[in-house]
Amino acid sequence: MIELYVLLGLMIAGAIIAVEVKNLLSAVVAVGIVGLGLSIIFLLLKAPDVALTQIVVEIVAVILLIRATLHRDIALKSCGSRPFGALMGILFLGLAVVAAIVTFSSGLSPFGEPLMTVSRFYPMNAISGTGATNVVSSVILDYRAYDTLGEATVLFTAVIGVLTVMRSVGKKKEEDLQENNE
Amino acid sequence: MNAYMPYVLCMILFCIGIYAILSKRNIIKIILGVVIAEYAVNLFLVLVAYKIGGRAAIFSETEVILPESMVDPLPHALVLTSIVIGLATTAFLIALAIRLYGKYGTFDITRMRELRG
Repeated sequence: MIELYVLLGLMIAGAIIAVEVKNLLSAVVAVGIVGLGLSIIFLLLKAPDVALTQIVVEIVAVILLIRATLHRDIALKSCGSRPFGALMGILFLGLAVVAAIVTFSSGLSPFGEPLMTVSRFYPMNAISGTGATNVVSSVILDYRAYDTLGEATVLFTAVIGVLTVMRSVGKKKEEDLQENNE
Repeated sequence: MNAYMPYVLCMILFCIGIYAILSKRNIIKIILGVVIAEYAVNLFLVLVAYKIGGRAAIFSETEVILPESMVDPLPHALVLTSIVIGLATTAFLIALAIRLYGKYGTFDITRMRELRG
């Protein structure tokens, strides 16, 4: 599993660069490294469906982020830190390390040995129960189809939210009307 | 401890994201922190599902594949949902950032005076 460690190291390096670099466009590109490395890791971990989704989502997210940063203030001075926030960040990191030690020492099964108490059911019964050879799609489209319905609901709600936030046409028309009336 | 090494690296990635959220002043940097933390959580769930020597959870007509040799398919299905929802929330955050830039002319949250409590 040496390639897993190499890719994880690359992702951590990309994340540090994304957080610390001054230029916003470079930061967005560095997040692209993290996302694409993540999709390759999903392939290594035998999750091809998740890897495909991750590639598509990563590309769309990078396009949206570039849309937000291009032609705007790629100012070098506004990338500073907040001292109080940095203090809280270090405090949180300490708490996270303590929580990780507690978790690792008390019950998380080691890497490569999944617990499988609940999900043993799905590979056993996928073909006879749903007729799907891909167990992941049998879970998301049959056993847990309501989850997928909720996902679609969240997605379309977010789209409506984005359209509502980004639209500026209706407000201007109203103001014009008021000016005409006055 | 070597058996937990991928989890530790994954937690380091999560901590970088949280650090960016808490300490940066630029809204785009905060969004990038949210994105990185979300990737780390998805990665952790898929890491938990991995079985050493396991194969993808797909049956074949030409080959006999035992269910015991597969990786855990349930976290994969849930992470699939989580990734798409993450994209939706990221898009909403970016839309808010673009509107804030249009109103205040900057991405710096300390210069958005009217937002101060």
